[in-house]
Amino acid sequence: MHAKLRLYIIVILMMGLGIGLILYKHFALGFPLSPDDKKSVWTIEAKIDFIARGDPVIVSFALPPQTPNTVFMEEDFASPDYGFSELTSPAGRRAQWSKRTASGPQTAYYRLSVYEMDPITGTVTSDLPSEPEKPEFDEVLKTAATTLLDQVRSKSANTEIFTRELISTLNSNAPSQNQRLLLNDQSSEDYKTHLIINLLALEGISARIVRGLYLKDGRRRQSLSNFVEVYIGGQWLLFNQDSGESGEPRNFLIWQRGDQSLLDVVGGRNSQISFSIIRNVHSTRNLVVRDGMNKQAGLVDFSIYSLPIEQQNAFKMILLLPIGALIVVIMRLLVGIRTSGTFMPILIALALIQTTLLTGIIIFLTVVGTGLLIRSYLSRLNLLFVARISAVIIVVIAIMASISIISNKLGLDQAMTVTFFPMIILAWTIERMSVLWEEDGPREVFIQGGGSLLTAVIAYLFMTNRTIEYLTFNFPELMLVNLALILILGQYTGYRLSELYRFHSLERRHVSGKR
Amino acid sequence: MFLASARKLRSFGIIGMNQRNFGLISRYNPRHLYPLVDDKLKTKLLAQKAGITVPKLLGTLQYQHDVKLLKGILSPYAQFVIKPVKGSGGKGILVITEHDHNLYFKPSGDAIQLADIERHVSNILSGLHSLGGKPDTVMIESLIQLDPVFSDYSYEGIPDLRIIVLRGYPIMAMLRLTTHASDGKANLHQGAVGVGIDMGTGSALHAVQYGESVSCHPDTRKTFPELVIPHWDKLLQLAAACYEMTGLGYLGVDIVLDRDQGPMIIELNARPGLSIQVANCAGLAPRVAVIEALKNVEPDLQLRVAFSKKQFAADSGIHPPRQQRTRIDDPDS
Repeated sequence: MHAKLRLYIIVILMMGLGIGLILYKHFALGFPLSPDDKKSVWTIEAKIDFIARGDPVIVSFALPPQTPNTVFMEEDFASPDYGFSELTSPAGRRAQWSKRTASGPQTAYYRLSVYEMDPITGTVTSDLPSEPEKPEFDEVLKTAATTLLDQVRSKSANTEIFTRELISTLNSNAPSQNQRLLLNDQSSEDYKTHLIINLLALEGISARIVRGLYLKDGRRRQSLSNFVEVYIGGQWLLFNQDSGESGEPRNFLIWQRGDQSLLDVVGGRNSQISFSIIRNVHSTRNLVVRDGMNKQAGLVDFSIYSLPIEQQNAFKMILLLPIGALIVVIMRLLVGIRTSGTFMPILIALALIQTTLLTGIIIFLTVVGTGLLIRSYLSRLNLLFVARISAVIIVVIAIMASISIISNKLGLDQAMTVTFFPMIILAWTIERMSVLWEEDGPREVFIQGGGSLLTAVIAYLFMTNRTIEYLTFNFPELMLVNLALILILGQYTGYRLSELYRFHSLERRHVSGKR
Repeated sequence: MFLASARKLRSFGIIGMNQRNFGLISRYNPRHLYPLVDDKLKTKLLAQKAGITVPKLLGTLQYQHDVKLLKGILSPYAQFVIKPVKGSGGKGILVITEHDHNLYFKPSGDAIQLADIERHVSNILSGLHSLGGKPDTVMIESLIQLDPVFSDYSYEGIPDLRIIVLRGYPIMAMLRLTTHASDGKANLHQGAVGVGIDMGTGSALHAVQYGESVSCHPDTRKTFPELVIPHWDKLLQLAAACYEMTGLGYLGVDIVLDRDQGPMIIELNARPGLSIQVANCAGLAPRVAVIEALKNVEPDLQLRVAFSKKQFAADSGIHPPRQQRTRIDDPDS
């Protein structure tokens, strides 16, 4: 009883650890549970053009802030012959290119690859706003502003509705006198943004400008769009200044917050900035692994991913073996299928993976069948046992070579995969089956041979399942769960399925005996 | 219906393979004692020391080059049995009943030559029949003479009695009768007939072949109700004594009756199979429960046997007498 309790504790610990690690990797590191999970990776290129005047040049360019929901895969800065540095200040990151003298048209590039993570709830960046400065309007404008604000205030119940109402009033198709006065016919984006912020400030509401980029595949010569971010109820809320919609739109990258300039060029003129955007689709797993390696996250850094690709591929296969072992345990302990050699089916299944199912089975049956024929002749030659099994190995190799050559001549390329079958195992199988045939008759040979093949095919089907292959390789901690399952199965003392058949006549006799 | 319901089997007390491995073998049989029964030579010596009759050892062969000596060893004997010392499940046993010049005859009447026997011996030495394929030793024993009691119930072979002994108490018994289908071997899965034996009296209860009830021997057509095993008490005591001899708590004892020398132990098994339940049409579990309920093992052999005979007799209260009813209901009897 004591030992049993200990075993259950171990099993529960292993299950907990295994499943816990899987959940951690899935939710915290973002490993997808399905191999088909894909993500869009946006490559954004900012091109800065200006004409230098022959003086020292400093180009300062605002870089997008990193947020928990976006992952920056790669950032490149390129500009010939310029010195480059990246500056980080509380206001945000900036890139700075500099050169002693430059003249004529100049170009600088900034390239960013970025993808979005699944939003993680509860991580709202709430930097506190400063007290809104009362804007200075001249008398006429101030009157217009106050009238407009009164009008909007009367229609709204809280700050959020107020902001939305204000924006839609300013954007209305039939503007009143006041609105036209405020908008001043200057329909530039920046003017409107500042107007909204100023009006909100008059009302005592903190707001700031946000510039961002709509991510759409194949766009060129894009510019940043302006948004208004308003501090409501302890957090910042983004408003579209054209429609009044709140919340961050889909596929939108926030480039800059606050009123710093996007681009400063000292020693140049006619500076221009344009963005182009390309979308690529990548498997989520690859992105996450790459990100983990970059960040040196312990679980990723100390894992199979840190091995060379060749070893990784070997492990892909090795990590499937526990699944095969589990199948064998289930087939033998729960179903009660007899196999020749305990784990021979797994080795056959591994060979089947290389050869594909049908070809593999045909090859297996051909090799074993031919081997049995030749082996029955060998048994008449009166050989010592070790010599005979060695002879069988050579026979197996000869059969395999002939299958390869003949199938090649016939143009059947598939059958050439015969070399993937483990020769020694095949030889042992032939030897065992042959002895079994002599001692227990062909029936037993078919039972055990069929049982082995059935187990191998089931193991094959599981081991070639894309999802299982993906999960075993990317979540090696599944092995702990697998081990726990096998430990539990090792405690199973109930009947095997085959025993329900073996003893079924007993049941009938008991019934007839009672009648 | 091809499958029995697990619930019903459990209510009959049938023990499955997993239960046997887990609850009986690994609980009662310490692994270090296995060699005593897996090595038939050791068993034989042990039994002789304990004063138990065993078939006479005619010779052993340990190395491949000894195969040359085979002819010399065999020449004085007309009848003998060749066995692998570490064989299991009756594998690799060669029985020769007649020897005429260069020809040796198997019980089936097939003639083989010395070279065939030499190859068989060489196979055994190489470990073909031993557990794990380890090199093995060959032993040659005198042939057991069929007791006339069984002459009507066996075909080309010697029947043997399997008694399951738990903690020194015999709990279930089965007689295995050779048939034409089993090629003179007493192996149930090869077609031998298994006859459940009443622990109280030694008389036949019920018989099966290939898991199905039979009412008479398939070759001799002799019906079973008349079959009563002689020296029943002696046989039970012999089996029970193997507990002290080996220390194994869950043991299958194989006994044969020799015409001249009486009961002999031919083999002990630390992993006895479960077909005995089919032959007896009864589960082991209730009997195991009776023995496990005992606080300590009675040191006196006779008392143990008496206890078993009383507890596990077919008409005892613990086991409803359904086996007897089955026997009476048999249409052929």
